Amino acid sequence: MTQSIQFTVNGDLVQVDVQPHWTLLRVLRDVLELNGVKQGCGEGECGACTVLVNGAPINSCIYPILEAEGKEILTIEGLLGKDNSLHPLQQAFLKKAGVQCGFCTPGMIMSAKALLDANPNPSEDEIRHAIAGNMCRCTGYVQIVESIQHAAELKSKQSE
Amino acid sequence: MRTFEYLKPTSVKEALELLDQYGEKAKLIAGGTDVMVQWKKRILSPDYLISLRNVPELHVIDYDADLKIGAGTTHRALELSPIIQEHFPVILDAVSNLGSVQVRCSATMGGNICNAAPSADTAPPLLVLDTEVHAVSSKGERSIPISEFFGGPSRTVLEHGEIVTHFQIPRPSPNTGMAYWKLTRRAAMDLPILGVAVLLSFQEPDAVTCNKARIGLGVAAPTPMRAKKAEAFLEGKVIDEKVLAEAGAMAVEEASPRTSIRGSKWYRESLIPVLVRRTGLRCQQRVKGAAA
Repeated sequence: MTQSIQFTVNGDLVQVDVQPHWTLLRVLRDVLELNGVKQGCGEGECGACTVLVNGAPINSCIYPILEAEGKEILTIEGLLGKDNSLHPLQQAFLKKAGVQCGFCTPGMIMSAKALLDANPNPSEDEIRHAIAGNMCRCTGYVQIVESIQHAAELKSKQSE
Repeated sequence: MRTFEYLKPTSVKEALELLDQYGEKAKLIAGGTDVMVQWKKRILSPDYLISLRNVPELHVIDYDADLKIGAGTTHRALELSPIIQEHFPVILDAVSNLGSVQVRCSATMGGNICNAAPSADTAPPLLVLDTEVHAVSSKGERSIPISEFFGGPSRTVLEHGEIVTHFQIPRPSPNTGMAYWKLTRRAAMDLPILGVAVLLSFQEPDAVTCNKARIGLGVAAPTPMRAKKAEAFLEGKVIDEKVLAEAGAMAVEEASPRTSIRGSKWYRESLIPVLVRRTGLRCQQRVKGAAA
């Protein structure tokens, strides 16, 4: 029952052969070798697999691959600039020690990206609300919140 | 290989034809936050999944004489809707702490209601809003009061071949306050230990005498339920803490909570009066706040 579908990943149009029961996560990691996106719980609970679909954060581990057809997918790899420069969120997570073991980081950053795209200057409550579906088992949430606040500052400086 | 065929109709009519064609071998999927997990856990193994995600007519939030919420509307769309934010705070209370942003971007109100979990966060708000559930099949349409929609845990009165298209909610009368209280251990990614929705309509903007009361309870019985005796008790009364606590005590008599992993029977029974009182007071405050 292999089907061939097209969608956009990080700006590039891709065509892949998939099985209907595959998830978006499986295709991103195992077919397209975008291993930045992580599998955690596999049940939509932990947020490690968060990517943006048409700008909205979703858990790719429970996202049916056939729903990706024609959509625009953004993963952590897509945040890198054309000159390989780090995105303000990536810079901020390094600067403010928002990374411990790193497993939650790609999902955390994608949730933060969706937040900052809609709300460039979020309050701490708004940040916590936005990343509530991203579990960090190192529990470094304070630094993660600070990282997102710092990223918002970096982005506002960039746009000045 | 364990797999399924994934079908993507673009109209309700087409979805109904597929449902009729494949019968019991088919299962509807909306956002997939329940269905995909159940498939992975081998609770469900349909031969055909019929996706409702690409049916535009199911994605509406329309406020005119009534509020119409399409079954395919995501919780995120409701959370961000100015109509919901301004006029239906009881729905906003429920959807803004349901799952996570990621879950809410996929999960739909139709899915939450049709999955029929006793803990469904949107059920108590829809109960207090006197919602009509509209369903369609190839044989025709019907509307079902939400209070008669649930048949048991994970069961609805829908028959195979029926699709819920939308929820119809009457416009609340002036001086109406409504709120949902979700009792949980953490704010996100948790199911309620208890969910309490209250709606109180008052004769005047000073929010003294109640002329209509609704109490919707989640995780208090095998299905989401209304506490009708407690509602009747409140109607015509001057609303204060004591009266609301009495209503809460009556609501416990109507409920039949059980002990589960999230909370025990006695704890739930102890908390129903507390949360009915608190949520009722919040309704009253919201009416006063709007008048101020």
